[in-house]
Amino acid sequence: MSWLTNFVRPKIRALVRKTDVPENLWDKCPGCGQMIFHRDLEANLRVCPQCGAHMRIAVKKRLELLFDNGTYERAELPKVEFDPLKFRDRKRYSDRLKEAQSKTEEQDAIIVAHGLIGGLKAVVAAFNFDFMGGSMGAAVGEGLVAASDLAVKERAALIAIPASGGARMQEGILSLMQMPRTVIAVDRVKEAGLPFIVLLTDPTTGGVSASFAMLGDIHVSEPGAQIGFAGARVIEETIREKLPEGFQRAEYLLDHGIVDLVVARKDLPTELAKIIGLLTKQPKQEAA
Amino acid sequence: MPTFLDFEKPIAELEGKIAELRHLSNADDMNIAEEISRLQVKADKLLRQTYSKLTAWQKTQVARHPERPHFYDYVGALVEDFVPLAGDRSFADDKAIQGGLGRFRGTPIVIMGHEKGTDTTTRVKHNFGMAKPEGYRKAVRLMELADRFSLPVVTLVDTPGAYPGVDAEARGQAEAIARSIEACLKVKAPFVSAIIGEGGSGGAIALAAANHVIMLEYSVYSVISPEGCASILWRSATNAQEAAEALKLTAADLKALGVIDEIVPEPLGGSHRAKDQAIAALGDAIERALQSMHNQDGPTLREQRRDKFLEMGRRGLSA
Repeated sequence: MSWLTNFVRPKIRALVRKTDVPENLWDKCPGCGQMIFHRDLEANLRVCPQCGAHMRIAVKKRLELLFDNGTYERAELPKVEFDPLKFRDRKRYSDRLKEAQSKTEEQDAIIVAHGLIGGLKAVVAAFNFDFMGGSMGAAVGEGLVAASDLAVKERAALIAIPASGGARMQEGILSLMQMPRTVIAVDRVKEAGLPFIVLLTDPTTGGVSASFAMLGDIHVSEPGAQIGFAGARVIEETIREKLPEGFQRAEYLLDHGIVDLVVARKDLPTELAKIIGLLTKQPKQEAA
Repeated sequence: MPTFLDFEKPIAELEGKIAELRHLSNADDMNIAEEISRLQVKADKLLRQTYSKLTAWQKTQVARHPERPHFYDYVGALVEDFVPLAGDRSFADDKAIQGGLGRFRGTPIVIMGHEKGTDTTTRVKHNFGMAKPEGYRKAVRLMELADRFSLPVVTLVDTPGAYPGVDAEARGQAEAIARSIEACLKVKAPFVSAIIGEGGSGGAIALAAANHVIMLEYSVYSVISPEGCASILWRSATNAQEAAEALKLTAADLKALGVIDEIVPEPLGGSHRAKDQAIAALGDAIERALQSMHNQDGPTLREQRRDKFLEMGRRGLSA
């Protein structure tokens, strides 16, 4: 591979990138099969007006939705070019990274933002599923450490929003090491007496679910989100039978005592503000 | 005779021939004795040659060798007054993770680890070393016990990974692993981990967030099995050999990456060929590690452990 493929091609790709989806498109609901006018779906926060199925939402949209007036400040994260193994499968990891960076215009799969939710200080560490499936490598670990440090510094609640298939295997053992690393990060928030809330979104699996994402003071989930450790396919291959209906979905985890609440997307800001307000003993706020 | 791996076939043939000659001859026959010793020299040389340049995939095979010493072999040889402790106090006793109290070279410790079993019956009993939530919750309980009495913790890691099953998911496999990692990082006492065979992903790190992490020479430690990685990235499990290389899962690789602290050499041909020697060597390494932490207080050790893992992957990031 030459500088042409490594450098020029992503640049060109960025130039000729498809513009936003035309507004006249119809989306098909994966839940009920209903055709939904694209603009209606976006206006409804990508929730099917017919059956209430929650479809994945872009990370920036999610942040806008959560923070008061849609305003927040992004925390600067260290620039990362990290390929400790010089990993290569059918493609180089460094090329995959560059492609994801040019596709998403982000450095890696996590965004750290801070601002007010219901008038209360909050730091949000949100995964970007569009960036290599939200997989967790050193840069994502770094993001969680930075988010935790910021929460402690600002005496703010930390809200982690995983949307991830798990560890980024192209970083090998160092992606596994992000599990203890992120556990330490969120424990520092908890030890500082601050709330650590996890908002589990679709999907939260593998090394992400088996580390910081299951250590929240409170676990909130969006309806229908897939949450679990092992992938459904791996389990099916192990037990050699079909999985039960609704297995590893948010409601299943609620039934099994693993999440506290399943909350519709539109109600998240109020619900999160209520929880933070109660945990930090704030006086009752009138709805804005 | 040990079970031979596919790449050991030429060695197997030589050793087979030697065994046959031994069986046939009476020791007085000079010619046959000479032939045996000639073949023995050849076999040893071949073994040495083969093991001096094992690939990552071959090391993975050695790490999974059915006769490799397992948790109970180490406990039997290294721990006196062993008191096995069972159960997570809420659901069951997971046989895939075993542990208890004992005296290691004079010092009371808490020891735990994955047990894979040695034959069909025990492998099924121990679920091939694949733990369910109750296993990790037992580990948490034992680590909290160690913390309460300031007892050093020693863990022996040997698992293909956490068990992927409906029941495990229903009881919170992910949460159980997360809590176990957290518990490792909270113990205010010396904590030594040794990867003695397979260090399979989340199921391994759940017991391995230690002050001092040792790997046996032919053990492997990885975020995903080579087969799993190949089936995702190469779309075919047959590329496992390439995936094993790419994942850098050998002891030497992990030492170079700064993820582990020490490699303990194994007997020629792997630990299964000279179990006593292999077990004693690991025992010596654990003893040295515990001794080096002997004079440090619990909170300091805990902080050192946390600082170490907080830095993992930070090196190499350009500011």
